[in-house]
Amino acid sequence: MHFQSRFRVRALALTLASCLLAASPSAFAQAPVSKHLARNLAAQCANCHGTNGNSVGEVPSLAGARAIDTVKKMKDYRDGKMPGTIMHQLAKGYNDEQIALIADYFSKQAK
Amino acid sequence: MNSFNRRDFVKSAGALSIVGASAATGISGCASVGGAAKPKVVIVGGGFGGATAAKYIAMWSEGKIDVTLVERGGAFVSCPLSNLVLGGSKTIGDISVAYGGLDKYGIKRVQGEATGFDADKKVLALADGTRLPYDRLILSPGIDFMLESLPGLASAEARGKVLSAWKAGPETVALRNQLTAMKDGGVFAIHIPKAPFRCPPGPYERACQVAWYFQQAKPKSKVLILDANEDVVSKKGLFMAAWNGKFKGVVEYRNNQEIQDVDAKTNTLKMTFGDDLRADVLNVLPPMRAGNIATQNGLNNSNKRWCQIDWLTYESTAVKNVHILGDALQIAPLMPKSGHMANQHGKVCAAAVVALLTGDVVNTTPMVANTCYSFIDDKNVVHVASVHRYDAAQKTMVTVAGAGGLSPSPNLAEGVYANSWAKNIWADMLT
Repeated sequence: MHFQSRFRVRALALTLASCLLAASPSAFAQAPVSKHLARNLAAQCANCHGTNGNSVGEVPSLAGARAIDTVKKMKDYRDGKMPGTIMHQLAKGYNDEQIALIADYFSKQAK
Repeated sequence: MNSFNRRDFVKSAGALSIVGASAATGISGCASVGGAAKPKVVIVGGGFGGATAAKYIAMWSEGKIDVTLVERGGAFVSCPLSNLVLGGSKTIGDISVAYGGLDKYGIKRVQGEATGFDADKKVLALADGTRLPYDRLILSPGIDFMLESLPGLASAEARGKVLSAWKAGPETVALRNQLTAMKDGGVFAIHIPKAPFRCPPGPYERACQVAWYFQQAKPKSKVLILDANEDVVSKKGLFMAAWNGKFKGVVEYRNNQEIQDVDAKTNTLKMTFGDDLRADVLNVLPPMRAGNIATQNGLNNSNKRWCQIDWLTYESTAVKNVHILGDALQIAPLMPKSGHMANQHGKVCAAAVVALLTGDVVNTTPMVANTCYSFIDDKNVVHVASVHRYDAAQKTMVTVAGAGGLSPSPNLAEGVYANSWAKNIWADMLT
């Protein structure tokens, strides 16, 4: 049983290696980028704004908000144009690209 | 290379099929060759880190991964806000949440005590003899106490009298009962160990909450903070302002207060320097380390106290296929041991584990943010916040320069937001 599974792992390793070579010869030159960047960045907001932006408390939901509005709010907080208790401090942690990804993700979430 | 570890599963899957999960889904891409059973993730600890990881792995894998959550307690009891139970503005019921909300994600829940694991066979062992095979094991074990440094607290009886109440639950209620039973004119003393410990602002918030209770119910009583640290560890200016303002004459803060031992019978601290110190209600937070399952299984590879991980995946640097979250970690610079942080660890780990087990790309630029609210009284709140990003050169998380900060002063708006935060983070973990 033990032998068998070891053999299986080796066989799979070979299969996987050939798959990788076939699929993406450049994979070893440059690290591939996760296609879930927006989702992963937006997940940071859920602690206060709810899972996928659906708040169950007094803090506003972000789900379904227009991306352009979320981007403006984040940049206004970040650039000191909008006062806040905490968002003006947190918004400074994100660059334009990250803010755009987060806003786009929430715009696509069901309310 | 990790993507084919799931092929190495232990073949006793029959007993573990997940109720409510959809039928086994083929895993896309090369890695699916020859595989039929879904990869298995077993998570130990249903707190801020573990419950979040369970939910997000189930949600993000869309049923492609079998998720089992092992938790010893019957319900989640939140450490954040538990000081309000001591102050009297919340009950233990207000800060407890059932685990049933996780069922709709197809997560299998097992109530039990995990004791260890076989890293070669990839099987987790529970105290009742249950064996749970895994492809990836995630431990969110929280903290346990270094009782060897305080022999006077070796017995359960002693620890039942001189409470820590640093894991929310029955001890929280018991400490509240000690406070309500104390005569007016008495002294509540809290001893704080040297950092690092769970929830850096927590002891100072607790002092405020007890002071607030005394002001209303026992105005001749005092709160004595005995801090082993050189200074207030978190939100110093905000807490000092409260002690010198609203709680002037009620709270006394003393730094560099190291203790040798505790005499539980007489509620006395044996100080390293100076006279013994007796209190009417004595609250001792013993020095802390990673939770037992981590320290008893060789995962505490940082000063034998905390666990080192790869910050991209949260995989232990000591044992393969074992991931660790939350307070048990050897923290990155300026990263607090907080529930909020553990929730964020849970999501970065969830994304990585889903990627590893489905042949996807692991994110190489993870970020986490922290928000710690502290209640000064029942309504006025202060926060500290920070944003952290992965630094590839240093292979750790670093704070994003210029981001984060503190409240200017206690305020009612943040009282509302702190309660909202609790509702949302509990829901983010558990519903």
